[in-house]
Amino acid sequence: MRSSTPAITVRDLRKTYTVPEREGGLGAAIRSLVRRTTREVVAVQGISFDIQPGEIVGFLGPNGAGKTTTLKMLSGLLVPTSGEARVLGFTPWERDRAYLQQMALIMGQRNQLTWDIPVIDSYQLNKAIFRIPDADYKRRVDELIELLEIEELVRKPVRNLSLGERMKCEIAGSLLHQPMVLFLDEPTIGLDVAMQRRIRSFVAEYNRRTNASIMLTSHYMADVEALCERVIVVHHGTLLYDGDLPGLVDRFSPHKTIVVEFEEGETIADERLASIAAAGGDVVARSEHGLTIHAAKGDTPRVTGQVLAAVPVADLTVEDPPIEEVIERVFASQGAGDQTGEPTAAMVPS
Amino acid sequence: MIPPDANAPITSGPPRPGFSPRALVPFYVARFKIEIATSFAYRGAMLIWLLSLIVQPLVSLVVWTTVADSQGGAAGGYTASDYAAYFIAVMVVNQLTFMWHMWEMEWRVRTGFYSPILLRPLHPIHEDIVGNLSFKLLTLVPLVPVAVILSIVFDAHYPTTVRDAIAFVPALILAIGLRYMVEWTFGLLAFWMTKVTAFYQLFGSLSFFLAGQIAPLSLFPKPIQTLASVLPFRWTLSFPVEVALGRVDGRGIAAGLGMQVLWLAIAIVIMRLVWSRATKRYSAVGA
Repeated sequence: MRSSTPAITVRDLRKTYTVPEREGGLGAAIRSLVRRTTREVVAVQGISFDIQPGEIVGFLGPNGAGKTTTLKMLSGLLVPTSGEARVLGFTPWERDRAYLQQMALIMGQRNQLTWDIPVIDSYQLNKAIFRIPDADYKRRVDELIELLEIEELVRKPVRNLSLGERMKCEIAGSLLHQPMVLFLDEPTIGLDVAMQRRIRSFVAEYNRRTNASIMLTSHYMADVEALCERVIVVHHGTLLYDGDLPGLVDRFSPHKTIVVEFEEGETIADERLASIAAAGGDVVARSEHGLTIHAAKGDTPRVTGQVLAAVPVADLTVEDPPIEEVIERVFASQGAGDQTGEPTAAMVPS
Repeated sequence: MIPPDANAPITSGPPRPGFSPRALVPFYVARFKIEIATSFAYRGAMLIWLLSLIVQPLVSLVVWTTVADSQGGAAGGYTASDYAAYFIAVMVVNQLTFMWHMWEMEWRVRTGFYSPILLRPLHPIHEDIVGNLSFKLLTLVPLVPVAVILSIVFDAHYPTTVRDAIAFVPALILAIGLRYMVEWTFGLLAFWMTKVTAFYQLFGSLSFFLAGQIAPLSLFPKPIQTLASVLPFRWTLSFPVEVALGRVDGRGIAAGLGMQVLWLAIAIVIMRLVWSRATKRYSAVGA
């Protein structure tokens, strides 16, 4: 760990929601008038971590894992049930004006721009709300418009923008006060690949220019792989993993994938396949031209040796499984007793 | 426990701003421009609102002037011309004191509308205040000629002295502030209940009677009058109207302004208490 003071410190943070509960039907509706039954739903159960100034951290977990609840507590929107957090030296949920002036929470599906007026007028309003000096405002607005390529858009009313255009304008509006801590909740949700890529490179650029600390949730692993050296994985409100991305693969992925392409006209004999299996290779796909084999990490060199001995090879690659697959496995293995339906589906990019 | 070194602010961000009303001016100006622009975009809807603000006192006016005429020219100490003046004054003062944000609170809380607003370094009430003032300013322009025409048509009688006219100004401003604070705070019930419009309706009906909208308070039985004066209702509408029409003497004016200031102070304190509890309860649903 670096020696500087963390930008974000979280200790044993918990959030429990009390939700009313009743069965369907008229009878139950009438009974609930007399006696309301409620149920405690634990959204976040005691997570702790530190984030350093300038770090970009991917915050991963299936739907209902507690990601958004955590971001809402750290931005100051929700008061936790127990636990502590400090962001830039402030307790977020006290919503100190000085804290709010250095923080931004950007949610992919939430609109903070005023619907009926041109985007630039909303920016003017933010300038007044955040008390941004004229010179800073002018410089930042020009810079953000250029970086996000929105000069054509800012004169239009928000209601005339497409989802992707609106998202870019939202992001620019949320950064005019130059927050030093940025919480991004699904910033690329519903956007096409080109737009996702642009927003991704913009976030990286913002981080480089301002050294802001960024926490990012996304269902698109490409976002996380492009931006985050470090990931925090939560599931059922508890912290499963905190470390770098390769470490996550190492820890949760038991195998590597060996992809073999035969030389032209060559094929592999069945007894050779048996020797590959004996070395620990699990042939998951076989065609006339090649093989795909899964092997435990420790067995990989031996299996590769067997393959090379078995058949003339034109090309051979050894890969870690795709990060989506690893994450899916993490949640599946932790998913016993899961109540959110299909915990893994959320992690697969559509 | 968080290590103590984490307690020190670690960035060179903007200095802690203290609360200063002057810092709000740029916000009020910027927001006001937006509100005016938006209102023009939806001028049709605004005209319909204005119409509803005119129709209701007009109905009361017609009913009560008819009653007065049928009773030989006066009923309850009001002649037909007095009634006309009363309800035209009610129309104008109601337009200047009414607020609608209470009715939006339920929707705001339920849809998560408040989420981005709560994360601004500015109390959300300011945005509502600007919206309210700009609506009033815009609707006052057509309302004044309407009031003048109605006064001529119904032969309204205004026995207003210079003292009354002067006293009317603070009475009106305090009524605007008081009604605003009371109804905005009442609207915060939405943070505790998901379906709260029924309560708003109840509150609105009470206000309709006790603020003197349906009839002058002096026509009600004594206990009702007392209730209206002890609670804030009379001070939000009826009082400035009574002052404007010369129905309150000097001592009454002083006492009334005192009650308005007192209730306004109480309402602000309660608003702050309720607001801080409301936001702690906020569960940021749907967002």
